[in-house]
Amino acid sequence: MNDVLKIIIKRLGLGLVTLLAVSVIIFGAIELRPGGVAEAVLGQGATAETVAAYEKELGLDRPAPVRYFEWLGGALTGDFGKSMTNGRQVSELIAPRFANTLFLALYAAAVAVPLALILGVMAALYRNSIFDRVVNIMTLTSISSPEFFVGYILILFLAVKNSYFPSLSNVNDDMDIMDRLYRLFLPAMTMVLVVTAHMMRMTRASIISLLASPYIEMARLKGVPQSRVITRHALPNALAPIINVIALNLAYLVTGVVLVEVVFVYPGIGQLLVDSVTKQDYPVILACTLTFATVYILLNLAADVGAILSNPRLRHPK
Amino acid sequence: MTTILTIVGLLAGSAAVAYAFRLFLTLVLSGETKKAIQTAPLTATFGLFVILIYIIAAVFAPWIAPYGESEIVGASYAPADSAMWLGGDQLGRDLFSRIIYGARNTVGLSIATTTLAFIAGTTLGLLAAIKGGWVDQVLGRLADTIMAIPSLILALLLLSIYGTNTLTLILVIGFIYTPLIFRLSRSVAGNIVVMDYIEAAKLRGESSWYLIRKEILPNAMAPLIAEFGLRFCFVFLLVAGLSFLGLGIQPPTADWGSMVRENATLISFGEFTPLIPAAAIALLTVSVNFVVDWMLYRSSGLKV
Amino acid sequence: MDNTEKQLFEEIIRDSQKNKTGRREFLQHSLAVGMGLAAGSALWSSEVAAETPKKGGTFRVGVHDANTSDTLDPATFSSVGQIQIVHTHRSFLTEITADNKLGPDLADSWEPNADATIWTFKLNEKATFQSGKKCTAKDVIASINHHRGEDSKSAAKALLETVKDLKADGDYTVIFELSQGVADLPWLMTDYHLAICPAKDDGIDWESGDGTGPYKMVRHDVGVSTSFERHEGWHREGAYFDKVEFTIINDPNARQTALMTGDVDSITSTDLKTLALLKRNKDILIDNTPSGSAITLPMFCDTAPFDNLDVRLALKYAINREEIIEKIMFGTGTVANDVHISPNMPYYKELEQRPYDPEKAKFHLKKAGMDKLSVDLSATDSVYPGAVDMVSLFSESAKPAGIDINVVREPSDGYWSNVWLKKPFCFVKWGARPTPDNIFSLTYAADAAWNESRWKNGRFNELLVMARSELNDEKRAEMYGEMQLLAKDDGGTILPAFVNFVCARRKNVMHGPSVSASWENDGARAAHRWWFA
Repeated sequence: MNDVLKIIIKRLGLGLVTLLAVSVIIFGAIELRPGGVAEAVLGQGATAETVAAYEKELGLDRPAPVRYFEWLGGALTGDFGKSMTNGRQVSELIAPRFANTLFLALYAAAVAVPLALILGVMAALYRNSIFDRVVNIMTLTSISSPEFFVGYILILFLAVKNSYFPSLSNVNDDMDIMDRLYRLFLPAMTMVLVVTAHMMRMTRASIISLLASPYIEMARLKGVPQSRVITRHALPNALAPIINVIALNLAYLVTGVVLVEVVFVYPGIGQLLVDSVTKQDYPVILACTLTFATVYILLNLAADVGAILSNPRLRHPK
Repeated sequence: MTTILTIVGLLAGSAAVAYAFRLFLTLVLSGETKKAIQTAPLTATFGLFVILIYIIAAVFAPWIAPYGESEIVGASYAPADSAMWLGGDQLGRDLFSRIIYGARNTVGLSIATTTLAFIAGTTLGLLAAIKGGWVDQVLGRLADTIMAIPSLILALLLLSIYGTNTLTLILVIGFIYTPLIFRLSRSVAGNIVVMDYIEAAKLRGESSWYLIRKEILPNAMAPLIAEFGLRFCFVFLLVAGLSFLGLGIQPPTADWGSMVRENATLISFGEFTPLIPAAAIALLTVSVNFVVDWMLYRSSGLKV
Repeated sequence: MDNTEKQLFEEIIRDSQKNKTGRREFLQHSLAVGMGLAAGSALWSSEVAAETPKKGGTFRVGVHDANTSDTLDPATFSSVGQIQIVHTHRSFLTEITADNKLGPDLADSWEPNADATIWTFKLNEKATFQSGKKCTAKDVIASINHHRGEDSKSAAKALLETVKDLKADGDYTVIFELSQGVADLPWLMTDYHLAICPAKDDGIDWESGDGTGPYKMVRHDVGVSTSFERHEGWHREGAYFDKVEFTIINDPNARQTALMTGDVDSITSTDLKTLALLKRNKDILIDNTPSGSAITLPMFCDTAPFDNLDVRLALKYAINREEIIEKIMFGTGTVANDVHISPNMPYYKELEQRPYDPEKAKFHLKKAGMDKLSVDLSATDSVYPGAVDMVSLFSESAKPAGIDINVVREPSDGYWSNVWLKKPFCFVKWGARPTPDNIFSLTYAADAAWNESRWKNGRFNELLVMARSELNDEKRAEMYGEMQLLAKDDGGTILPAFVNFVCARRKNVMHGPSVSASWENDGARAAHRWWFA
């Protein structure tokens, strides 16, 4: 068990290095873009004069490395600075929105992960049957449409034609949990439709690829029933890639929901990030991307630990 | 009732097409491939048939499409008639012609980016698994760094720096997908390199290239093929998402993702226009994955 | 009822609204046009009652174009969301009324001196901030000065360039001293940047959101939603809703769906593609308002080939304006005539409409000594959705004239800094400006920083200066008429169309007989002018 702990600590350290690299890449990319925050905010009103005044006020007239290290210095002490556009504390801007995003992601994951696993195992169990085909066609069709379009279709049938659910997911602090779950039903379902297919197909493929292994053959010859072969013998060994795909999709649920947020007018972090990208507001962009990166790194760490725990061979590399 | 009848009719029709196509293939092909086709399930031949149709549409687009890609033929949203089979779009361009050209642009883009990402990702992933040590570490960190940045945002930043023409689009999306493939192949191969037969091959003094090609790749194929089938289709969606944000393939070039996007609001009024390009994507996705399923089935060597 | 009758009724109803007609007279009128007593009575209660403003309700608006980087600082206002919000919680010295005239807001009255170099504004003494503080000359001066001076980053800086000094005369009089006569100064005070905020030490307090407007901001979640409550004791008539709620909905589909399902009562912009379908919905009314907001395609008059007047005219004849309005704006535009003065602006002069005429274009091209012309035209969709499509249409329509327009799609980042005023031929969209002097000084004057076509016409510039300080209305109209003709036939800007504001509301949301053309939703003043039936 100590080995695993060691790995976790090592990976957390590496995670910090990754975060640092991400911040350099993002800051560099923003600097490389044409225009700047002053031009983006002032739009047509951006004359050389007003741009200079704006940049001077925000200290943007100083060289990029100076600004980067100043930002880094602040970030290391937990101060992510102020937004270049509206002057508000970045942490204050991000915290409530990130909570909203996490809530929606967890909601969708709570439905999508069990659904994908069950469907995947069932499809492997009854592969090439009508059930397998139908599940395949349905999940593939659901991921063939852009997610905003899936959202539009759900809105059409469940909000406009029949008013079962609200089309706007505008939530506020004084809503109780049931109310929130109700208002978020449509965006959560949209995301379930988007991620289930990937996880389900990976589960199915991983299990099927193991079915030719000698030890499965052995189990079969012993007369173990097919369902038990899959759940007891195949599934545990197929876990590594499945966990990996689940982690990827969970990360996607947190980071890739911009379009769903736009369609359902949900105040999450994705909309904030896109807005600040168009306005080139680098403290906000950096803070948002680093938040996403942290989520991603932690999920991956969890996936790797899961994989190691599920495969004794990896636990003791030769 | 009519819906059920339509669905049954469609299924029967597809089955008939698939059956006829299989018959046709067994007549024109010979040898190993013929044997494979003969035993292929109808879903797989149906998939092959659809893919073939798409390829024909893509290659011969200028000859098949009655009008040019950006040619304005009639009024905005002209209803379907004998001149415009599917009616016109918002500028009065022929929707049917744009779907045909869309096959060329969209499928071409998808194949290019996915192939790029798979070649780069798989090679690096397997290399990392075999070499281990610092190669593995460096590649892993690099992949982690790129993947830690949300793909839509990375695409947004990169495209706004390098401009949005088709070549940059291919390179940027290929670049974004490479670490995903890298990670998957690394993790699959990770389970394989600890196997005894790899150890044995290493002891025999085989080169890394031999190990990748002969020992690891065949055993890592299944999840990679499955991933390819899906990743291929995700490109459409990423492009559609980018065009939602004003990047992506630029008009007047026809591509299915942007066509869904341009007409998406019509769906709220029960108009079917945006469903046509969406259905074109869905049909291809399903078909590609039918074929992928068949290949998985064959590569796993299952006789059950 | 047929149309004439309907018109007659509308007139009667309007009269009764202005308290010219009581119920009795109304019924007499209705009898006179041959309507039964019962029918007339029913009409009185439904239509007239509905058209008489009454208090109450929460007005929920779905607002487009706003984002999380928006601030409350008037100096950097640019989004539709900011404009809607500022007109709800703050006031301006003057306003553009629902029928597009100039009216009082914080200022009760204003007077120029003989050559319009000194303007005296008398403030409304009833005006208070929502925090309870009186609004005085000090606040007004601080708010205007916020946009002036060396280190101001305000987009309204150019607008106030002629202002030399601002003085207070007592608590309720503000005196503007100008470096030259400006007859339009009271009109300029309606600009959305020039909102009045409370003065503090050396500037203004814009952070708190305190204002003198009809509603008090009670919750402001940037880029998400903003809630208001009525400002009791507001200095003007109106503000019928008890509460106002703005929800930022940038996605057109989400916005329209919210209106259809009744989650909001009004939206500031509809999706033009589906406008015809939305019109079929019986619960929804559309306000399609022609405005002064224009699409312009400036050509550099000092750069070849545009330095040749015949080339400019050839291009002006080669654009098919009707097709652009039909296909890009779905009928929600007004044909323009290569002059930046729209029909609803003061001093508009009707000139002969320039048609789409490829033959004439060819003729001018020949006169310029060419039989073929190839030019680059830059555009980006972030300036106007459909800009690239519009330019593509132009390119198609110019082909028969032997003109090859190569569409250059520019990145949206830095379009204003890198393309506009830099490339010789590009796509621009302008917001509505209130007066001819305003738009001409900004973009047509020879020395203007934003002279987007680098057009330098001696006579035009002479007239511009003369008209600016002319207080005689007739003479002014004559001068502006001549300038419009010059701009049309000699100028370097192609103006295909003016953009309409297309807003929608639910049937129970009422407004007066006309809505202002300055911004979306009745000049962004729906919150205090409109009411629930």
